[in-house]
Amino acid sequence: MGKVLKYSFYDLVRSRWSYIYLSFYLALGFVLLFLNNDLSKGVITLMNIIIVLVPLIGTIFGTMYYYNSKEFTELLLAQPIKRSHIFLGQYFGVAGSLSMSLVLGLGIPFMMYGLLRSNAVFDFTLLLVVGIFLTLIFTALAFNIAINNDNKIKGFGYAVLLWLFMAVIYDGIFLLSLILFEEYPLDTFSMVATALNPIDLSRTLILLKLDISALLGYTGAVFKRFFGTQFGFWMSMLVLLLWTILPLLRLRYTADRKDF
Amino acid sequence: MIHITALHKKFGKNEVLKGIDLTIAPGKIYAILGPNGSGKTTLIKSILGMVIPDKGSIEVLGHPIKKGWKYRKQIDYLPQIANFPGNLKVRELIAMIKDLRNDDNEATDLIQLFRLESHLDKKLSALSGGTKQKVNLVLAFMFDSLLLILDEPNTGLDPNALIQLKDLIKSEKAKGKTLLITSHVMQFVEEVADEVIYLLEGSIYFNGTLEELMAATQQTNVEHAIAELTKTELNG
Repeated sequence: MGKVLKYSFYDLVRSRWSYIYLSFYLALGFVLLFLNNDLSKGVITLMNIIIVLVPLIGTIFGTMYYYNSKEFTELLLAQPIKRSHIFLGQYFGVAGSLSMSLVLGLGIPFMMYGLLRSNAVFDFTLLLVVGIFLTLIFTALAFNIAINNDNKIKGFGYAVLLWLFMAVIYDGIFLLSLILFEEYPLDTFSMVATALNPIDLSRTLILLKLDISALLGYTGAVFKRFFGTQFGFWMSMLVLLLWTILPLLRLRYTADRKDF
Repeated sequence: MIHITALHKKFGKNEVLKGIDLTIAPGKIYAILGPNGSGKTTLIKSILGMVIPDKGSIEVLGHPIKKGWKYRKQIDYLPQIANFPGNLKVRELIAMIKDLRNDDNEATDLIQLFRLESHLDKKLSALSGGTKQKVNLVLAFMFDSLLLILDEPNTGLDPNALIQLKDLIKSEKAKGKTLLITSHVMQFVEEVADEVIYLLEGSIYFNGTLEELMAATQQTNVEHAIAELTKTELNG
């Protein structure tokens, strides 16, 4: 798997898109810090962007890379390499290079503004960890969609729909159901619903870490009671980890059974 | 060398292979023939493990290939359509395949043979179809595997390269290797093959030596013999 990973990673690091993605984050980081001049506020603004943008880029890049490297995959399939290693290698190549762009692109400006001397360092680290998780999750989902759809247009369509669902529609349904069932106790329901969507979960995690959960009103207090504790934090991390591992297991399962 | 029993494969409703039984003996050149869509490529891809059979078993060098991958170290494969990652240079591609196979064989002789020196630093997307096929051939012939599978090796080659290819095939045979070749050019088959396997609609319709094929169809060249085979099928 290492060798496939190496070549995929090289290939991506040389590509124009990685640089565009990296320079976008660099620009974003510098502009935010220049305008805010406050690391903590910068983290909050960044969160709102990362939570939506990282999944979108992961999904689009994942599907695009899978379809574009079809030739490479066919070449590899005839070589003495285990099938699952081919696909997992490519996956980690994509997810790795995207995560690297994220970490470097945001890390450099924040370091230069004195991140290490401020008390925002833990919040910022959490933001990066969540960003990396979202990259891993959505790239894995994208690979799953692409391997099941030989038709590129369909694959792209499903991938964008998935992102739209997770980032926008899910919240809509969630809010709607909260209004519809407002007569009932909804604490458990809203907590479970939040945990099931990696984007919502990431947002909640960071908001609670930033101690602005008061903004969320009564729900905020309930959330704080669960997600704010050590146990809640590690549970959330576990859920994010599951969101990463399950699609990868499915990818391996599908790859082992597909005809090329 | 290869032992195939009761191999079945369906793509959706399309039954491509309908119970293939086949034994490939070492040291010979086999030509797999048949009309378009008769299952030649599917058969080859099943041996390589790229297509997963619905039923039946395949053994390569005495071991069942199911879920295995190490046996591919003993196979060199020339795909029908030379699809390569376009943003790599020829030199990088050759180095990459060497690295992936953990094999240090030198390709210099083959590169000279096909006159590819001037193309080594070009990107693969910039090469013509024939040149791509030559690169394809270099990659297939540069390793010392026991089994060579060539899917339509003569497509897009100029006469000069075609002669080199035939010589290469003969010298590989002299080294004791086994070759499986598909082709639509009967003259080419006649020149290189020892045995003919004729596939028709997913079944083996004829399996024997070139001489047996001629005798069975009472013809003097392969082209007519194959035409005769197809005719008897239509009448019978």
